[in-house]
Amino acid sequence: MSKKLESTLKNMILCLLLISVAMAGALGFVYGMTKEPIEKANKAKEIQAVKDVLPEFDNDPTIDAKEMEGLRFYFATKAGQPVGCAVKTFTEKGFSGHFEMMVGFKPDGSVNKIVVLEHKETPGLGSKMKEPKFAGQFNGLNIGTLKDKLLKVKKDGGTVDAITAATISSRAYCDGVQKAYNLYMNKMHTAAEQVADTTKGVTK
Amino acid sequence: MSVLKNFTNGLIKENPTFVLVLGTCPTLAVTTAAMNGIGMGAATTFVLVCSNVMIAALKNVIPDKVRIAAFIVIIATFVTIVDLVMKAYTPDLYKTLGIFIPLIVVNCIILGRAEAFAQKNNVIPALLDGLGMGLGFTLAITLMGSIREILGNGSVFDIRLISQEAKTILIFILPPGAFITYGYLIAIMNNIKRKYSI
Repeated sequence: MSKKLESTLKNMILCLLLISVAMAGALGFVYGMTKEPIEKANKAKEIQAVKDVLPEFDNDPTIDAKEMEGLRFYFATKAGQPVGCAVKTFTEKGFSGHFEMMVGFKPDGSVNKIVVLEHKETPGLGSKMKEPKFAGQFNGLNIGTLKDKLLKVKKDGGTVDAITAATISSRAYCDGVQKAYNLYMNKMHTAAEQVADTTKGVTK
Repeated sequence: MSVLKNFTNGLIKENPTFVLVLGTCPTLAVTTAAMNGIGMGAATTFVLVCSNVMIAALKNVIPDKVRIAAFIVIIATFVTIVDLVMKAYTPDLYKTLGIFIPLIVVNCIILGRAEAFAQKNNVIPALLDGLGMGLGFTLAITLMGSIREILGNGSVFDIRLISQEAKTILIFILPPGAFITYGYLIAIMNNIKRKYSI
């Protein structure tokens, strides 16, 4: 076994420098290689989430997506007709803070479907918000027909069946949906029609 | 010590999770489901093998006083590679493991094996040691993940064993359940080791 390099200042600097440079080179190479697949995977995830919450559409909603107050709006059209809008919304009120979901609205403002994108809620309790038993009750619901146009769990005098032992998660869920609904109805409703108009022009 | 022993060492006799009790942070945190155990184990094994080999190969050119810094740079590079590759090709798994992939950098098993084994041995034993330790870690956390998933969620590898509505022992999915499971598994391991005097 050959002798170890001595810990002189020159050796130490040289060794660390060489290792860092070599490793940085390797990382740059891998980064360049994975850049495209990562972008592709992210985009596929985005489109999949929009597909999950809306009826069938034939445009690419990620192109015309608009952002407002941290929420992202995807407008979907089929043959130039608006079929709905998917809103990527979030709440800070979850049991473990922030979580994100995608809410699909039909053009009349009723909920088509909701999926949770990312969450850190308690597994087995709050995580049940993903299951049809809870999430299903929102399908077809029009928040505009509720009292004061507010989505609330039954405990707070509303209409939503909360998940057993996860009222906080249920409340947060309603908060996120409410946020999406308010912005969509107040600010984005007309934008949806504009997008439909422009795509109509393209398809013609 | 035969070459093969370097490999089997990590499986039971010096199992990093149950005997050396290293890398307990991911052990406790990601084992809420069996599948997480496999993903985390595979990622850790890859980093462990690569860093062990690299450090064993470079052991004579790294001066003693800066060895830890050099090891960390090497380990961090491999972790970032795993991070990027998982993000690109297994986005779903990446989503569930999330923050714990970058945290492999500070996983004690990896720096521990670099210090205790790789820097004193040649490439081949270091490779086998990395494989054995990684496999031992993977088996341990997959076992823990399975137990917690079965008891706490009524499923294993996402296959439901009991109906969705049935009550499960929820605490096993929650953090305290990790400590309870871990404690019992260490006790059982110690018992087995004593009985067969491994």
